[in-house]
Amino acid sequence: MKFDTPATTNPIDRLKVIGKPTNRIDGPLKTTGAAPYAYEQRDIPANAAYGFIVGSAIAKGRLVSVDTADAEAAPGVLTIVTAANAGTLGKGDFNTAKLLGGPDIEHYHQAIALVVAETFEQARAAAALVRADYARARGAFDLTAAMDSAAPPKPMFGTIADTAVGDFDAAFAAAPVTLDARYTTPDHSHAMMEPHATIAAWEGDRLTLWTANQMVAWSVGDMAKTLGIPKENIRLVSPYIGGGFGGKLFIRADALMAALGAKAAKRPVKIALPRPFIANNTTHRPATIQRIRLGATKDGKITAIGHESWSGDLPGGGPETAVGQTRLLYAGPNRMTRMRLAVLDLPEGNAMRAPGEAPGLMALEIAMDEMAEKLGMDPIDFRILNDTQVDPEKPERPFSQRQLNECLTTGAGKFGWAKRSAKPGAARDGRWLTGMGVAAAFRNNINATSAARVRLDKAGVVTVETDMTDIGTGSYTIIAQTAAEMMGVPLDKVVVKLGDSAFPVSAGSGGQWGANSSTAGVYAACAKLREAVAAKLGLNAADAEFVDGEIRSGDRRVSLGEAAGDAGLVAEDRMEYGDLADKYQQSTFGAHFCEVGVDAATGEIRIRRMLAVCAAGRILNPKAARSQVIGAMTMGAGAALMEELAVDKRFGFFVNHDLAGYEVPVHADIPHQEVIFLDETDPTTSPMKAKGVGELGICGVAAAVANAVYNATGVRVRDYPVTLDKLLGGLPAIA
Amino acid sequence: MSRRGMLAASAASAAVTTIPAARAKTASAQPAPSMARIALTVNGEARELELDTRTTLLDALREHLQLTGTKKGCDHGQCGACTVIVDGRRINSCLSLAVMHDGDTVTTIEGLGTPDDLHPMQAAFIVHDGYQCGYCTPGQICSAVAVLEEIEAGIPSHVTGDLTAPAEATNMEIRERMSGNICRCGAYSNILEAITEVAGRQA
Amino acid sequence: MKAFTYERAATPAGATAAFAKAPGARFIAGGTNLLDLMKLQIETPAHLIDVSRLALDTIEPTKEGGLRIGAMVRNTDLAADARVRRDYGLLTRALVAGASGQLRNKATTAGNLLQRTRCPYFYDTNQPCNKRQPGSGCAAIGGVSRTLAVLGASEACIATHPSDMAVAMRALDASVETVDAAGKARAIPIADFYRAPGTTPHLETMLEPGELITAVTLPKPMGGTHIYHKVRDRASYAFALISVAAVVQKDGSGRVALGGVAHKPWRVEAAEADMPRGAKAVASGLLAGATPSHDNAYKLPLVERTLAGVLAEAKG
Repeated sequence: MKFDTPATTNPIDRLKVIGKPTNRIDGPLKTTGAAPYAYEQRDIPANAAYGFIVGSAIAKGRLVSVDTADAEAAPGVLTIVTAANAGTLGKGDFNTAKLLGGPDIEHYHQAIALVVAETFEQARAAAALVRADYARARGAFDLTAAMDSAAPPKPMFGTIADTAVGDFDAAFAAAPVTLDARYTTPDHSHAMMEPHATIAAWEGDRLTLWTANQMVAWSVGDMAKTLGIPKENIRLVSPYIGGGFGGKLFIRADALMAALGAKAAKRPVKIALPRPFIANNTTHRPATIQRIRLGATKDGKITAIGHESWSGDLPGGGPETAVGQTRLLYAGPNRMTRMRLAVLDLPEGNAMRAPGEAPGLMALEIAMDEMAEKLGMDPIDFRILNDTQVDPEKPERPFSQRQLNECLTTGAGKFGWAKRSAKPGAARDGRWLTGMGVAAAFRNNINATSAARVRLDKAGVVTVETDMTDIGTGSYTIIAQTAAEMMGVPLDKVVVKLGDSAFPVSAGSGGQWGANSSTAGVYAACAKLREAVAAKLGLNAADAEFVDGEIRSGDRRVSLGEAAGDAGLVAEDRMEYGDLADKYQQSTFGAHFCEVGVDAATGEIRIRRMLAVCAAGRILNPKAARSQVIGAMTMGAGAALMEELAVDKRFGFFVNHDLAGYEVPVHADIPHQEVIFLDETDPTTSPMKAKGVGELGICGVAAAVANAVYNATGVRVRDYPVTLDKLLGGLPAIA
Repeated sequence: MSRRGMLAASAASAAVTTIPAARAKTASAQPAPSMARIALTVNGEARELELDTRTTLLDALREHLQLTGTKKGCDHGQCGACTVIVDGRRINSCLSLAVMHDGDTVTTIEGLGTPDDLHPMQAAFIVHDGYQCGYCTPGQICSAVAVLEEIEAGIPSHVTGDLTAPAEATNMEIRERMSGNICRCGAYSNILEAITEVAGRQA
Repeated sequence: MKAFTYERAATPAGATAAFAKAPGARFIAGGTNLLDLMKLQIETPAHLIDVSRLALDTIEPTKEGGLRIGAMVRNTDLAADARVRRDYGLLTRALVAGASGQLRNKATTAGNLLQRTRCPYFYDTNQPCNKRQPGSGCAAIGGVSRTLAVLGASEACIATHPSDMAVAMRALDASVETVDAAGKARAIPIADFYRAPGTTPHLETMLEPGELITAVTLPKPMGGTHIYHKVRDRASYAFALISVAAVVQKDGSGRVALGGVAHKPWRVEAAEADMPRGAKAVASGLLAGATPSHDNAYKLPLVERTLAGVLAEAKG
């Protein structure tokens, strides 16, 4: 099915199942420990062995030799894989550095060997006996130092290094009120709770991978390319994923090394990456340095808006696209953005939840707060004044839906914004300085082709099969809701099977495109199944109704089970997209509100209240969508207050590479969180009229927190995370 | 910067050899694993195992008893995904050797309830959507069950006001006591609602 | 983790005798730190002597009017003990500020004192670390040091001691009771228990090989207001950036110890004479001789400000 004209009324609009805050259908499995994650699969060949990966001790250079003799002689060891005996390996399209290093070393903790042994304990012990000699080379590890050498990145995924509209320089120079500020965001780790894990098993020349992966088809392709075998010979199974946030978009060392180890050992091999290995071995959100310049008239109309960003990555890698939202979020006739990419020999930078917008808005939405203050305006009024309903670069191109102002005003009312003191450092609650902050949230909507297969059996049960993944997003549930709505059956008559490359190729989980795209694919398949049911009964699908487990046409009513018969019915289709996303700018919007308390003596920062108001198309399941948003708000709170991969700029690695060193929020950091979804359906996005929300939720959060800290203390911190050491100098004098 | 610090830093272009710290002194053959026989009561069932002494309680459960509901998130006591209840107390099973638990009684998530017969805490997590990816969830639920018992038993926490008064199941008390269970999906606000619902029902 | 043999000791004498037969063995109790380090091969004992079930798990009054806390008393039980809560609130406050509920259920009084540093370079076996591998150098000096020591550090090591409990014990003038392989018992004042890093940062305490902690004793209650303020970026389940343990009497006199600033709980008795004069005066004595790095210089004003907050809170 091709979606190339805006949706009209369709069966989804019945909203009997869609749009309801249904409990997750996978809840009973997840809450009882019965959901099998990658390392826990049971239907694997017997006799699995255990793998343990050895990582490089240097960031850049050459492996002179790897002595595996002691490790090979260790009890229980079956085989050891290194680049020297792994055979010729390619590199996946989505990988920047090789997953198995040697002789060249590209980053710290790059895999250099795999030890396979009978037991986990034996593999781990033997891995410590692998002795490596390195020739260390000089590397670049300091983004600030590398700024001058940074170059325009190659265009990727529609991002452009330099954009310009009007005459930014002249307008900025002429503006009566200006802001020119520099902001930094650090490297972030996904820190999902389930480590990357894979079980690999070969049957002849066919490989099965039970792994934790967000993008099944991409990863089959990349594994085939890396191993040099046909895609058809690989089956990848990923039914439950313990969090991804972008960290599991691609095959990583666990998958490749398990495949190589299983081949060498002639047995299935299980590998989970040790936690202290993940930060440097896998990908991370790259640090940015951002310069934002705003020029405005005295009454607050933006006349010039400029956003530049510098980030680094390994050779061949890409930039953190932190300027993207600035092309679309606010009005202003004179605009420029610029991205520069430096070569850094730190581990591979890549996508993490809302890549681009998340760090971009961390900076832009502080800048807007600073500018509002310079103008003597309320930060909400300033944003509303500079709203635009069209793409500011192409005014003939409207937003399909844009309720940013409504998000801001609704939130302001709900949050009690009127009680905020415009003057910073003016509110106090005992030992706590208190303050409120706001930020706009913005994230583009992306649609991706997505397919599904639906089966109908004689019991009237609808079974959906698609390689879509559920990384905690609720895919199982919203796909079941979609199929139930389309086929007119209750939710308990739907079975959803996900995450298997034997199933039709879906959009996968990334870029907040998963919910709308994958359900639209299910919509298409169900539309086809409706036709098949009607055709089998000699009815016209167009005027047939699917209600209460029956197909009804005129005075004929046939139960779906009966229609399916013993043979059952099956239909498969995919949703593809025309050019509506070119005609309309499809984006999601929100407003984040935050109240903090800052200990007047110590500078300790604690979040007291959080509210998000989101306008993101039809909300398919308000319960699951709300969870996506509160989870993103929590991650945003982490980015605001504590998350930073600390770089050792001498040796080129992330020093705090475990969950004690890389702090993410815990229960005690997070207050009650409120989420409001504005009523919205977007007929330009798909027949579901939905958009993504899982990444919108993190966009702007950190800036709202940082702005609240400023409002509480009067100390403006432009370098994340906003930690107490950066506040101490500006806090009130103590007795 | 000290001289030693300088030495470390100036290694930037030198050849580097890594010798695992432990191996530097003992290049001799590796000892065979030492095995031990232990008996446990797991979820009400007597189990006997012969294990490498290095096996953690977590790996004993997951790899030897196929009770994979208990999760390995960090294996270093930094996340709480491996929380189980041993002799009535919640612990991190990753930081405990199985051999040290000979004779102990262990309750895992599988012992609290099953998909067809949910524990009230499991049911509350489903209703309040107190999870997303589900990986930390068994640990959160085991912890939550134990937290309510700890409050009941009057064990103080970091946020307890008066140390000489009994603890209460306030929101802040529950948040503080649950802080050893990290949820990167960020379901905290919902988890709190699930626990307070169960606490209210128990009270 | 290297393979090890395992035995469970039935008595303290049995434990020390077992050590005498297997030099290089380690005692294991809660295991929450030792096992963590064994997984990374930072600790590599060939033999473990399980002391977790020794009958050292009671808290008894001493004839001096204090408390004798068995070495195997779990952190949770120590924090919850009614006498501790009433008379040594500082200790309860420090205990519950540390780790998580799960860890406190396992961690023991003795083990808590013997925790090793959380310096990230100590934890990464690819990096030089004089504490982990004597003579290899210190990667932390000149590296990422925001959490590391500003006091008492040496050119060989800038690690901090991570315990909260030990900071309270230091302020309370606790004493560590031990027994050695020959059956000889001794008591080590907590003030003398930890060694300065000097050129031998791998030697952390005054314990001799095979010497077993049997108890920690507290002198009779000293009254006053007990406050433990642990400062950290996240609200819980994190090691201290700094912590202030204070006992403040009605007349403004008192005592104070710091955590997160040195290789041991930091206390300067001479500085305490200045308590009635306020935080600035006390801090200047407490922090004399500090050698902060660019990354951790904030700890000095933070100590002073936190102490000021604590003194204000004590005044009520």
